[in-house]
Amino acid sequence: MTDAKPFPLNAWYPAAWGTEIDRILRARTICDKDIVLFRRTDGVVAALEDACWHRLLPLSLGRLVGDQVVCGYHGLVFNTAGRCTHMPAQQTINPSACVRAYPTVEKHRLVWVWPGDPALADPALLPDFHWNDGDEWKGEGGTFYSLKCDWRLVVDNLMDLTHETYVHSDSIGHDAILDTPFDVTHTDKTATMTRWMIEIDPPPFWAKQLGKPGKVDRWQIVTFEAPAVVIGDVGVAPAGTGAPRGDRSQGVNGAFLAAIAPETETSCHYFWNFVRTFRTDDEELSRALQRAHVNDGKGVYDQDHVVLEAQQRAIGRHPRQPFYNLNIDAGALWARRILDRMLERERTASSGPARAAE
Amino acid sequence: MAERIEWGEAVIAATRDLSADIRLIEIAPTSGFVPPSPGSHINVGVLIGDRSDVRCYSIVGPCGDGLYRIAVKRLKHSRGGSAYVWRLQPGARVSVSAPSNHFELGPGRPEYLLLAGGIGITPIFSHALALKRAGARFRLLYACHGRSDAALASELEAEIGGALALFVAEEGTRVDIPAEIARLDPSGECYVCGPIGMLDDAKKAWRESGRPIERLRFETFGNSGRLPSVAFTARIPRLGRDVQVGANQTLLEALEAAGVEMIFDCRRGECGLCALPILAVDGAIDHRDVFFSDAEKAANARLCTCVSRIYGNSITLDTADR
Repeated sequence: MTDAKPFPLNAWYPAAWGTEIDRILRARTICDKDIVLFRRTDGVVAALEDACWHRLLPLSLGRLVGDQVVCGYHGLVFNTAGRCTHMPAQQTINPSACVRAYPTVEKHRLVWVWPGDPALADPALLPDFHWNDGDEWKGEGGTFYSLKCDWRLVVDNLMDLTHETYVHSDSIGHDAILDTPFDVTHTDKTATMTRWMIEIDPPPFWAKQLGKPGKVDRWQIVTFEAPAVVIGDVGVAPAGTGAPRGDRSQGVNGAFLAAIAPETETSCHYFWNFVRTFRTDDEELSRALQRAHVNDGKGVYDQDHVVLEAQQRAIGRHPRQPFYNLNIDAGALWARRILDRMLERERTASSGPARAAE
Repeated sequence: MAERIEWGEAVIAATRDLSADIRLIEIAPTSGFVPPSPGSHINVGVLIGDRSDVRCYSIVGPCGDGLYRIAVKRLKHSRGGSAYVWRLQPGARVSVSAPSNHFELGPGRPEYLLLAGGIGITPIFSHALALKRAGARFRLLYACHGRSDAALASELEAEIGGALALFVAEEGTRVDIPAEIARLDPSGECYVCGPIGMLDDAKKAWRESGRPIERLRFETFGNSGRLPSVAFTARIPRLGRDVQVGANQTLLEALEAAGVEMIFDCRRGECGLCALPILAVDGAIDHRDVFFSDAEKAANARLCTCVSRIYGNSITLDTADR
């Protein structure tokens, strides 16, 4: 059974903020797999297939007793390894009875799950998301759960910031983004788009953060790490103070963080944050920045939200595939190339001789 | 069965005898190969006389070359499946299912004890290779009658070396199951596939060790018993019927063939749906299921008709017709 879905399964995907997972059963769909998440008594997060072995009732409708989940229909009990430990009205347990247990890791304030082969789940493969740890960089983010678009559309969006000029013209958009050449580089698992805009007038958002008059040098260094993470190193410094050569000390530096999990082929969970190294003690600023991103439909990310969902609806209605591309799409296309290679490797591994007994 | 079986076509690529009565069969699927996880089995479409039936065989992994390998023991009292498979020659066409797994290895345990008896080595072989590759701590205890019966032992020796211990009944060496369980890490898991006597011993020792029962993993296709398989009569006074059960037929099959309406699911002694009340027995009941507890089996109030039988003349059963 070839899995024709567009997401690699042997990878870590964000499933929840650590603060969301407690001593309750929380349902979440990741890569088309229904998963129930909960915190064990020792604090570790567990993730099980959210369907009872017996009659498929979601286990998330049952209850948590100690470290075991009791199905809310007939009381079958499953431990954190997914093994059934109790069956009603019989003295033994059917040895075939179990549900899948998904490997999890809690890191960078997020819970990550591995939807693929558990034997391959290696915490060393977690993407770098340390900007979200809350120490050096500060910020309060959020999540768009069940955003109604293919998760790759979010990657496309973040890998090409020319869209800021049109989607976010009132805050971070600027004609200079259109006029300035950019560089795209890549490795086996990352793609990076770098754009330096030298001696420009700052857009409204950055003028306010910098709080200094005059022209600025502005940077956007956006890195995709396959399959689920995008980090945008962004900021401005007074023109001529050396930022392009590495001295950002006169400027203000932020980073937009995105960890995106496919929910289905046409929906995703988008965990975002905007963090900064300036005015890190200013909690009011943290709240203001959060509101600037998501604010009842008026924030920067709300603007993206509208575009992404409309785009997905249009894709569903137009048979033509793939998209036409512009030179601005180089970063997104490298990201998709890396994803396609991951998928290809998974498919060969699961249908050809290369794969052994996994 | 609870799972949907996806059937595909296949061709026998080669056969090779591993012992006098165990044959390795290489099957080349023509409609897509799905890599089996360790412990998987495939269903094979068989012909018993002129009747189609299905048999499950554990896959002897890792199948890195896109061929499914099964090892099939020719049984004296075959219900027809092993005899059919033994007749297959290279080039023969068969229907096979995609692999499915009821005997999956749990990842990340501190230690594993693998226990195989006879032909029960087939799923355990794949487990051992996967654990070796994962760098896990494990031992494989492989029990057989004679040294020449120890199919796959030389392959295992080459692959896992000192992790293998062979126990040969003819040479007087036997697995001391309670002692082996006592040596296992407290959070370790034990995987058993072998004759029902071995499984019962392992279950008893495991229970007495106080370990959580879900860490004892086992698989049974329900075709081994403590007593020989002989023909007998099943009497059903409620229906006024006497049903003859052949030595190579299950009680459930005989009842169905005689038109007694039955419900069932797993047909391998796990779910308990096909159990019937026992009214009387002339002979010894051989419970071959894993559904009833030891106490329930000792009480002899009901038996799982899919796998259990009697060694004797007749059993009198009740049915649900009322």
